[in-house]
Amino acid sequence: MKSQISLAFQKCKKENRPALVTYTVAGDNTKKKSLEILKSISKHADIVELGFAHNAPTADGPQIQNSSHRALKNGIKLKDVFQIVKDYKKSKNAKPCILMGYYQMVHRYGERKFVIKCKQVGVNGIIIVDLPFPDNREFSKLCKKNSITFVQLLSPTTSKERMKKIVASSHDMIYYISMLSTTGGKLKVSPKKILNNYFKIKKMSRSKYAVIGFGITKNNIASFKESDGLVIGSALCKGISDSLKKRQNPVINLNKMVKELKSKII
Amino acid sequence: MKLKKGIPLIDQHDKNGFYGGKFGGNYVAETLKKPIDDLTKLFENCRKDKNFIRERDNLYKNYVGTPTRFIKLQNLTDYLGGAQIYAKMVSDANGGAHKIYNAITHAMLCKKAKKKYMCTDTGAGYNGKMFSMVAKKFGLGCKVFMGTRDIERQKPNCDAIKNNGAEIIPVNSGSKTLVDAVSECIRYWVSNCDKAHMGIGSLVGPNIFVKICGFSTAQISRELIVQLEEEFGEVPNKLKLINCVGGGSSAYGFWSEFFDYNKKHVELIGVEAGGPKKSKLHAAPLSKNSRIAILHGAAAYCVQDSDGQINETDSCSSGLDYPSTSPIHCYLKDIGRARYSYATDEDAFSAYKLVTKLEEISPSLEPAHSFAEAIKIAPKLDDTNIIIVNSCGDSLKDKDIIKKRLGSYSR
Repeated sequence: MKSQISLAFQKCKKENRPALVTYTVAGDNTKKKSLEILKSISKHADIVELGFAHNAPTADGPQIQNSSHRALKNGIKLKDVFQIVKDYKKSKNAKPCILMGYYQMVHRYGERKFVIKCKQVGVNGIIIVDLPFPDNREFSKLCKKNSITFVQLLSPTTSKERMKKIVASSHDMIYYISMLSTTGGKLKVSPKKILNNYFKIKKMSRSKYAVIGFGITKNNIASFKESDGLVIGSALCKGISDSLKKRQNPVINLNKMVKELKSKII
Repeated sequence: MKLKKGIPLIDQHDKNGFYGGKFGGNYVAETLKKPIDDLTKLFENCRKDKNFIRERDNLYKNYVGTPTRFIKLQNLTDYLGGAQIYAKMVSDANGGAHKIYNAITHAMLCKKAKKKYMCTDTGAGYNGKMFSMVAKKFGLGCKVFMGTRDIERQKPNCDAIKNNGAEIIPVNSGSKTLVDAVSECIRYWVSNCDKAHMGIGSLVGPNIFVKICGFSTAQISRELIVQLEEEFGEVPNKLKLINCVGGGSSAYGFWSEFFDYNKKHVELIGVEAGGPKKSKLHAAPLSKNSRIAILHGAAAYCVQDSDGQINETDSCSSGLDYPSTSPIHCYLKDIGRARYSYATDEDAFSAYKLVTKLEEISPSLEPAHSFAEAIKIAPKLDDTNIIIVNSCGDSLKDKDIIKKRLGSYSR
């Protein structure tokens, strides 16, 4: 049976466009608001990633750190993250949902318990930033057993040989990190070069969907139209920060932002 | 699980970098996998290379100044009236602390990797200072990540870092101390691993950083074992080696030649930062039985809440003010080869006061924690027991804190 994630990509392929994947942090800036944001942006997004905040992140840029900080300050716990997903998945425009975070949180909760809980609330995929191949083999199997897509990451520093192994062991979706950067850095490599690397990965993984993330904004998203999907995270987190600063409603602003992003890749 | 004799403890990990099957590892973002592999290969080649070792020993001898003194604290011994108390004066090392050993190895590796600059973290400022000194000597650039709370309380070391031409990058997130500095330094390396060499300042982080650090600070016990032979003609019985433990780099270095002795012969005692007496915040994951967390690329005991968030810590000593510790110390605790206790801020200040009153030495607040333990146990032991405290840092960096707390500071 095809996963919800694969079906979402397939639908985009039919429409001849990349999938728009959003990333926001659960509980940013409150539990209620983050759920409203998810529901609202889902009119335009194809897949939603939801971050579960950790207070010692080693790969997040300042924008996502700010979002996580707000969420934690407002008392977000893993149980709330699961509740947000559960409520979200009942909503009208609900899209496939991927949880993303650091291994410490999963480790403390218990790997098996975490995956089973994910399945119960309707999580479709999991990304663990700091659990690279081959240490992630067991966790990956556990996800598969529970019909959850474990999304592995590839980076410009990943050797070809390692890439082959990761691709072979990956499920239906792969995440390519565009450049050497934490999340949300300024795109310091040309889109052409990024796509070049990207297509090398695609060649190894024709049957799998690969998305590009890190440094994608409304200014450069159109350059990556040929990819299977694009992840926008830091730009949206910044959108929330800016809305709060201007005392505007982040739900309305984020909806506008995602709508605009979508318009650039149609 | 048992220690293997004759093999450096840093090398007693499995193929995934775990000690005792569960401490350590390499929990890093994919981007850092290759830089870490490259560094691992480079380090393993260099440590086998006679020229590399010769150059290092030469630097230790002529630049750091080896050996650092091994002295008897006769007045303290007489005052406490129990075990004989000695100190290994690692604070004699150029720069004033043990961090110089690790900094030298990293600068040498940075040169070999043909990288032009290093980035590192610092808490007490000693690691940053040593990296800045060594960077200057080797003609390398240097960025030092430091929490803003530590920048405020460790001014002398910050001045030294800047005078050596290195850049201090203030870290304003979280508790604004060492834990945040390490996170920010790793984040910086994620973005700049093609150009920068990263050196972690203690026995923590992904496996390779634990190994490089332990390989470097082991110099302390190589010196000590010779000094013991000179003083006693042997490694004396009922020997107790007391060392403060934050990340655990000086403790590993102090103990590394002695793991193979049984613990009745050589007892290893680590002292963590218990924090202010009335506060619930502490930096003592080993002695207060914290659970394992994954922090900064490794699994180790770590103070954390029930959801897995890392707890804030509090200690008068910046160098020990870290929520986690080295995977190696977790392993030593689990197999019972070392025992760990803690000293509160108050204990450390009293110990500092007593030691500086009776002796011509001036330990920083980190080793003041070790002296607190020595002062506690020495009167209960007879004079056939030998206590050695690693006085691993000089108090000059703490002069403002000491002045504020005790009313005056003099050297």
